[in-house]
Formats: sequence, C-alpha cells, structure tokens
Amino acid sequence: MAQPKSETIEILGAKMHLRRAGKGAPLLFLHGAGGVPAWLPFHDALSEHFELLVPDHPGFGASDTPAWLKNIGDAAFCYLDLIEALKLGRLHVVGTSLGGWIAAEAAVRNCAPFATMTLIAPAGLRVTGVPAGDPFIWSPEEHARNLYHDQSFAERALAAPVTPELADLQIKNRFAFARLAWQPRLYNPDLERWLHRIKTPVQLVWGNEDKLLPAAYAQAWLGKLPRARLLPIPRCGHLPQVERPDEVVSAVRSFIRENAP
Amino acid sequence: MKFHAFHLMPYRHLDMAEAGKYRSYWAVLPNRLYDPAAGADLYQEYIGQLELAARLGFDGVCVNEHHQTAYGLMPAPNLVASILIDRTRGMNTRIPIIGRALPLLNNPLTVAEEYAMLDALSHGRIVAGFVRGIGCEYHASGANPIYSHERFHEAHDLIIRAWTEPGPFEFEGEQYNFKYVNTWPRCVQRPHPPVWIPSQGSAETIEWAAHPQRKYPFIITFSPVESVMRFHELYKQQARNYGYEADGSQLGWAVPVYVAETDEIAIRESAQHIEALFNNYLYMPLEMILPPGYTSVASLKAILATKKGMTTAKQTMQDILAKGTFAVGSPETVRRKIEEAHAKSGFKVLVTMIQFGTLPDHLVRKSTELFAKEVMPKLRPLGESAARAAE
Repeated sequence: MAQPKSETIEILGAKMHLRRAGKGAPLLFLHGAGGVPAWLPFHDALSEHFELLVPDHPGFGASDTPAWLKNIGDAAFCYLDLIEALKLGRLHVVGTSLGGWIAAEAAVRNCAPFATMTLIAPAGLRVTGVPAGDPFIWSPEEHARNLYHDQSFAERALAAPVTPELADLQIKNRFAFARLAWQPRLYNPDLERWLHRIKTPVQLVWGNEDKLLPAAYAQAWLGKLPRARLLPIPRCGHLPQVERPDEVVSAVRSFIRENAP
Repeated sequence: MKFHAFHLMPYRHLDMAEAGKYRSYWAVLPNRLYDPAAGADLYQEYIGQLELAARLGFDGVCVNEHHQTAYGLMPAPNLVASILIDRTRGMNTRIPIIGRALPLLNNPLTVAEEYAMLDALSHGRIVAGFVRGIGCEYHASGANPIYSHERFHEAHDLIIRAWTEPGPFEFEGEQYNFKYVNTWPRCVQRPHPPVWIPSQGSAETIEWAAHPQRKYPFIITFSPVESVMRFHELYKQQARNYGYEADGSQLGWAVPVYVAETDEIAIRESAQHIEALFNNYLYMPLEMILPPGYTSVASLKAILATKKGMTTAKQTMQDILAKGTFAVGSPETVRRKIEEAHAKSGFKVLVTMIQFGTLPDHLVRKSTELFAKEVMPKLRPLGESAARAAE
C-alpha cells in the first residue's frame, strides 16, 4: 500500500499542502468541508490504481489562508493554477461535497484540464422547495448523525478522541468553509447558468439518504450537465466514500476506463 | 454619574413551554408564537416605561437592535428612538441607540442618514451606538461572520466620513463601495453625535475604541461585575499605552436592575423574570452565538477552553447573584453595589435595563420609580468631584 508523501506548492503567494500517493493516471481528489484530517481506506484504494493527489484547499488543513480567498470562484481559479503548476497534463478529478462544488466551478471556467469528473454529492446548486441541511447550525452530534445513514459510523465519529491538534484543524476548516459557503448557504446562484460549459464526462455519486444535500439535488445536476450520469447509492448518507468506499472506488475506476481508455 | 434606562423590548407573553422545543429563541423560533395584537400592546407598554424613566430624571433612554428573536422586538431601533424623541420634547434627555449592527447591512450609509435625521429631530440629543450584532444575527441576516470585523470597521469609517467630510466623495473599500457619498441631512451635533461602543469586552474592540482618534465610551453589557471591572481596567490600561488617562465618562456598565422595598421582596419579585432572561431569552448554542469568524480563532479557542459563555449554561438566581450580573435589592443594597463597582473602576456611564425577561409593567414601574427616587440622587455625585478637581 502506497504511503502518501507531503509536498507544498505555492499559488499566488499561498502555500498549498498536497499529499501524493500511487502510480498511474493522475487523479485529483478535492475534499469536503471537513478537510482530510486522516488518510482514509478510500484514498489507499484509489492510490492502488492512480497517481492520487490530495491537496488541502486554500484556507483548509495545512494550506495557508490567503487574503485573496474571498469566495468559491477564488478557490476554483486557485485549482486551475495548481493544475497548471503540477504539469501532469489532463487529469481525472473526484470531488466530494464542497470539493465537488469547487471542481464544477473550476470546470465551468475551463474544463480542458479534466479528463473525467466524479462528483460525490457536490454542493453548489440550490433546489427550490428542497431545503438543504445547515451544517453551520447543527451541533457536533447532529452533524455526525446527519452525515451518515449507518449510525454506527456516527457513533464511532462521536466516540473518537479529539486531540488539541485535531480541534485546531476543525476550527480552521470551519472558518474556511464559512468563507466559501456561508451566504448563500452552500450554493452559488450563478453556477447553474454555466454548467453547460462542462463538456467533460461527469459521474454523479449520491447517497439516497443524504440529509445534507438530499438526493433530489442529483436531478438538478443531471438536468444541467450535458454529459452526466448518476450512480445512486441506496442506504447511504452524504459521505459514500466513507460509508461505501468499495462501491465508490469501483465506480470511479469503471467510469474512467469507459471514458478515457 | 449619568443614568440611562435601557430596554430590549422582549416578547414577554411567549409560550415558553412551546418555545423550549426549539434550539434557541433566536432565528429558528417560529414566529407563529408571536401574537400581533399582544405585541402591539407591548410596544405601547415599553415605550411608556422609557418615557416614565425620562420623566423621573434619567439622563438618557436607550434602544437597541436585534433580529428574528423573542429577546427583543426592535429590529429597527431608530423607529422607537424617533417616538422617544417626540415623547421627551422640551427635555434634555439623551436618546442613545446602542446600537445599530453595522456588518449586517449592505448599505451602511442608511445609518449615517437615519442617525443624522434623528439628530435633527432631537436637536442634537442622540448618541450613536455601533455594534457588530450578536452571532445569531449572522444566521438571521446572512451576513458572513468571517467578514464581521472588516465590515464593522469599514462601515464605521464610512459613516464618520459621511458625517465629517464635505460631500459628495467616493468611497472604495473591500466590503463597501460607493460612487457618491453625500449625506443629507447633516448632523446637528458637531462634528458628529457622540459614539458609544457596547461590547462583551473583546481585546480587539478595547484597543480600537480607546484609540486617541476615537476615545469612544465603552459599554460592557451583561457580564459578571468582576469581568466588567476587568474590562474597564483593560480599557484604562490601553488608554495609558496610548499616552492618556481614560475618563470615567469613557467607561460604561449595562446591567439589569431591580429595586424593591427590601432585598427579600426584590429577589422574590424578580427571580423568575431574570432567570427567564438568562436561561430562555438569551440561551443560544455555541453554533449560533459564535459562528465562524465572529471572533478570532484565538478568542474562540479561549472561550471553548473555559466554556465561560454565559449564554450556554443554565443559571439559577443564586448563580446570577453570585456573579453580580444583576443589580437587585433594596435601594440601599443596589446603591451599595453600584458604589462598590464605581470605587473599583471609576465608570460614570450607568445603563440600567429597567425591564428584563417576562417582568410585567407594574413591577417595572415600581422598580424604576424607586431607583430614580432613592438610588439615583445619592449616586449622581459619583465621579463628579474628581472631574471638577481635574478641571
């Protein structure tokens, strides 16, 4: 199993922290609002087949919080710069929740760097009449319970010890998340108008029991993306890569095989 | 010492058993729990209480701003200030609005305009309070708490410039941009109305308010008396660092007050109402009172470490008395409590919340009259002899 290696790349004066593991076609993983406090089995499994790149978004994890980071568009442009700086050519992207939103915002600006995109329950769109959950008002317990369908995951998350370092990281990530997603809460009303610009094949992965972004949101994406398909995951919440890593890894692999032979 | 009667105008007819089913009385409490007819009567009751305070000789009557909450029915405090100005016509009563929550606004020039109107309507009797709003109001307004400080400072600078620089001029900021700043009317008070900064005592705010360019009176709200004294000391220390001595008129204490015939009667009559204030109306989970960025990371960590947030833990009357967050008792007791605090910090701005929680009209009136007749006269000279000696 490949051990991730840490490195730093400077974008517009800000240090971006990046973990890299495995060999193969380059695959960029864009994390959700919780960041990547721990390397997951899901990352291990992907790194067995790809050169996996896991950056911390600007403002998150071990990356700097640059003054230029004001909104989701800044995060998107930052990744277009980062992809150029990596000099890996076209790459595959897997983005989850906030990371899926950033991937879509980058791709409407320029989808040329992306060979395929797998978006796991991405934020970014609004669906009138289907309220999203509010992670900024949930207590830590509600947060854990609402993210998972299988409550044994929530129990484990709640029972896990919180070291001072982890507590600091959680505060940093929460501040950065608010910077990007406080208002409008978890979406950009302009995004849906430009999703047709994403000519890249997109696979949506969505837990049917998602309480943060209900499964109806998947239909909104399908309706706007020109080349998209949906993999619904039954009995699963907002984090399929944690609750059902095998299914998600296998979906990523087969989608990439089909679309970028 | 100067005396100011202050009101939150809570919705005191709330069905608290029903309201208790929600996470807070703020932002998420369904407004079906508000009865418009009862609310309309409350406005008259509360305005009448402030008018009474003015007639009893308080130096000022104060209003303030809160949104989407049973805690306070004044989302637009300037409307009430306007009525108070008229009810106190011909009197010297000051009307502090403490204050408008600047970061919640997309156009802070409306505050420059409205305060200038109130200053004109009152012939120069208003005090301009500026606040950031409390954490819940970033949920209620959508304003991003990450930019709370930046928006506050920028909006403040914009308003002061709008009052003091000839218009029109252009304002270019990070948060606010205006092609034309040209406020009509202009303020009666020159260069502009006095500014107050109500605060819970953050170090950043003390440093900013005490700055020699500003020297803004710093009003500590709803804190244990020991904390109030500590924050006053920090302000004085900060002033010394800037090279001047802070005057007592720069130091304020905002505190709920209840006076009755004896200590025992005062405690008995007020207990359930003050407990309702702290435990029900003011209760907010951390996610609501401290949204990300409302405080700096360092301040947030300090708060989480001590879990001192008074709004997150239930308190009994005994706790409240022990902390001194409430000045309650006979006229003698209340006078002594205020004298003791004054002896420590020398503050000369007292802001007494005359109604709190569910306290009914007849008790507010009784307590306010007792305070005005039996407490205020003896406290009034406090700090004045020192001021005269310094002149």
